[in-house]
Amino acid sequence: MLDFSAFSLFDAAFIVIAGVTVIAALGVVIFRNIIHSAFCLILSFLGIAAIYFQLHSGFLGVVQILVYAGAVAVLIIFAIMLLMNQDANRTNQTTPNSKQLFAAGGITAMILAALTAAIGFTSWPAGQLQSIDNSLNLLAELMLTDYVIAFETAAILLLVAVIGAILIARGVDDK
Amino acid sequence: MYDLIIVNAWLIPLLPFVAFAVISLFFHRWPGISAGISIFSIAFSFLLATGIARVVFSQPGGAVYEFTTRWLDISGLQVDMGLLLDPLSALMLLVVTSIAALVQIYSLGYMKDDPGFASYYAYQSLFAASMLGLVIANNFGQMFVFWELVGICSYFLIGFWFGRDSAKNAAIKAFVTNRVGDFGFLLGILFLQILFGTLNFAGLAEALPGYANAAILIPVAILLFTGPMGKSAMFPLHVWLPDAMEGPTPVSALIHAATMVAAGVYLVARAFFIFSSVPEAMTVIAFVGGFTALFAATIALVQNDIKRILAYSTLSQLGYMMMAMGIGAMTAGMFHLTTHAFFKSLLFLGAGSVIHAMAGEQDIWKMGNLHKKMPVTTWTFIIGALALSGIPPLSGFWSKDEILLGAFASGHYGLYILGAFVAFLTAFYMFRLIFVAFFGKNQAGEKAHESPGVMTVPLIILAAAAVLVGFVNSPFMHHIFGTFISHPAGIQPHSSNMIMVSSALIALAGIAMAWLIYQKEAINHLVMRSKFKNIYELLLNKYYIDEIYERMGSILVYGGARVMYWIDIHIVNGFVDLTARLTGKSGDTLKYTEDGQVQSYAMYMAVGVLILIVLATMAAVSVIV
Amino acid sequence: MIGLPHYILLGSVLFSIGLFGVLSRRNAVAVLMSVELMLNAVNINFVAANKFIASDAAVGQLLAIFVIVVAACEIAVGLALIIAVYRQRRSVDLSDFNLLKW
Repeated sequence: MLDFSAFSLFDAAFIVIAGVTVIAALGVVIFRNIIHSAFCLILSFLGIAAIYFQLHSGFLGVVQILVYAGAVAVLIIFAIMLLMNQDANRTNQTTPNSKQLFAAGGITAMILAALTAAIGFTSWPAGQLQSIDNSLNLLAELMLTDYVIAFETAAILLLVAVIGAILIARGVDDK
Repeated sequence: MYDLIIVNAWLIPLLPFVAFAVISLFFHRWPGISAGISIFSIAFSFLLATGIARVVFSQPGGAVYEFTTRWLDISGLQVDMGLLLDPLSALMLLVVTSIAALVQIYSLGYMKDDPGFASYYAYQSLFAASMLGLVIANNFGQMFVFWELVGICSYFLIGFWFGRDSAKNAAIKAFVTNRVGDFGFLLGILFLQILFGTLNFAGLAEALPGYANAAILIPVAILLFTGPMGKSAMFPLHVWLPDAMEGPTPVSALIHAATMVAAGVYLVARAFFIFSSVPEAMTVIAFVGGFTALFAATIALVQNDIKRILAYSTLSQLGYMMMAMGIGAMTAGMFHLTTHAFFKSLLFLGAGSVIHAMAGEQDIWKMGNLHKKMPVTTWTFIIGALALSGIPPLSGFWSKDEILLGAFASGHYGLYILGAFVAFLTAFYMFRLIFVAFFGKNQAGEKAHESPGVMTVPLIILAAAAVLVGFVNSPFMHHIFGTFISHPAGIQPHSSNMIMVSSALIALAGIAMAWLIYQKEAINHLVMRSKFKNIYELLLNKYYIDEIYERMGSILVYGGARVMYWIDIHIVNGFVDLTARLTGKSGDTLKYTEDGQVQSYAMYMAVGVLILIVLATMAAVSVIV
Repeated sequence: MIGLPHYILLGSVLFSIGLFGVLSRRNAVAVLMSVELMLNAVNINFVAANKFIASDAAVGQLLAIFVIVVAACEIAVGLALIIAVYRQRRSVDLSDFNLLKW
């Protein structure tokens, strides 16, 4: 898996980006201050966007930055601000229940181990990453012909979600 | 005409049964009519019985008639009902009907002012019907039905004065003890059905000789013998008979002296072909009979209740009969049964006459000098006692002598000595009774009066029978009884003058000893009582057998109950508690799955995902590998 | 040297980290952030598989786009819900939201 004989720039780039993303993800779950967690989240989003760019899907990478790092992360930070009712350094604590913590850690470790084993046992096809210029064209074609219903449904979903969120968050007017 | 009687022999048990039904349903409010119906039916049955006897005994060796009809016909099970008229059953018919008729006539006087007069006669009729049905049955199954019927009649009649606790308990004791015997009897019958496929006496007699597996017949025969052990009160199932004296005295005379208890002996005679082919069973029968004879005679020596003395005497004589059967002297046993029926019922009816005159008193020490005021009772009683003791030329002498002769001739010298000793004891205790009650110093007898004719006439008739019946098997009539009632496997020894003379002398010695102690008072019996105090107590308390049984029973019942209680409290309750505790515990454990915490639910989902990943990986790997 | 398995591995690691966050954080918003992390991990898987195996059919990327859409809707509604609940209970501690047991 780690055959360093044909080490290229691509590989180095991947290792760096992956490392940053993973560390950022760890930061999300480790920091006691929720604002710090949120910023680590943004960093991980950016890391993932970089992964997409490396995989030659530029459109997706841009969408990732726009939607996730731009909208979702901002939304999260707005919500955090609205809900900040205590000292910021105590907002993102781990559960005091050690049984729960232990169980969570255990299950996580086991799932990771199982997945790694699965990856190890799989015989991966020896495929090469191809750089396709017209990947966006292909994507657009697929979206507007074969999967047009899904596309439209997604649009309606967005609309409904926005309306719903506004209604829920607005609350009930006390007369 | 006699053929008509033979063909309609089923009327003999049916008439008393109809009498029972009619009295119970319609006439129980009119005592006189009830008694009349009952006596009429039994008298008519007696006439029919004499007719049958005339036919059966007209041929040398006796004629045999058998009628069968199919009663139940299902595939795999065919049950026949039938009648068997041979010398044995003809004899029993005569004995039962004659004594039952005399007892019922006697009861007119004895039970005169009893409030249950009508139901008494209903029960008497039912008993007569059951007993008569028993003796003419031609197969074990039918006989067993009537066997049980006779038992329930005994229960009714013993507990007739049901206001008394002692009577109630005695009735239950009789029935339960009989039941124990009947259980073994039924097992034996079932074995016979399984082994031979038929319960018919003639059919079994044919199938038996060729039967290969002789060893299995031993337990079958012994099981069959437990029925007579219960019904004829052999040790250890004898305990019910003395207590059965709680019933009215005529009942004791009929059922517990002459007929019902003789049913066991009759069964052994009827099934003699089975028993005689199993020597081990014969040994058991002989020794059980002999032991019972000795055992009961010793207890009778010290009893003070007139009926109890006679009850133990009955036990002893039944032991004699069984002993005779066991050593092979079937003729002698049946002969003794016949003579015993007459003189024992005579003795009981005489005792009843005395009790009636003494207004219910039964303790012989509270009687005395009765011979002055009750001459008929006294002299018939003495005749009965002489017959029982075996004084020639009365009937008891001939029959007892036959048995002793059989024991001596077949080489059972031990049983012979035992029998002779019991004869001595019998004579002793009977004349002890007579000297104390009829000729004693106590002046209580002055208040007595002779019983009415309806009671004394049966006494006289029975006394005549006690004198005369014995001659049918005497040398004077060339042992004509033996030509009819016999079995190829039985023994019929030749008379021996030595035995005859010695048994007469033994009886006279017993009477002499009783005279010495109780009449002449040469030896003071109270002094002897205190000198041999331990033996006296043991005998007076019937060897404490009743107490032993009660102890065993209570240990069984209370012990069993305690075990069951423990099981109930610990095991059964434990299971219930376990269920409850389990439910509680599982609830306690499972409540965490519904704690309302989203993260717990998420965790459970994660576990599920983990399992799925592992399964999928394993499936994929095994596909590859 | 870096091929599809490495990308899948990266996705698995991110997924596990996100799972740990979901199961062990007290703040509801933190849980939502961890959920986003898990969704992104899945997206990486889709895109990597698409690019390495059948890159002329862009189904993987399409699916990733739809996942992003749904994730965005979900977080909008989720945060709205948290705010609404916060108005009632003055707390965003998940262990206080335990009414689901009835």
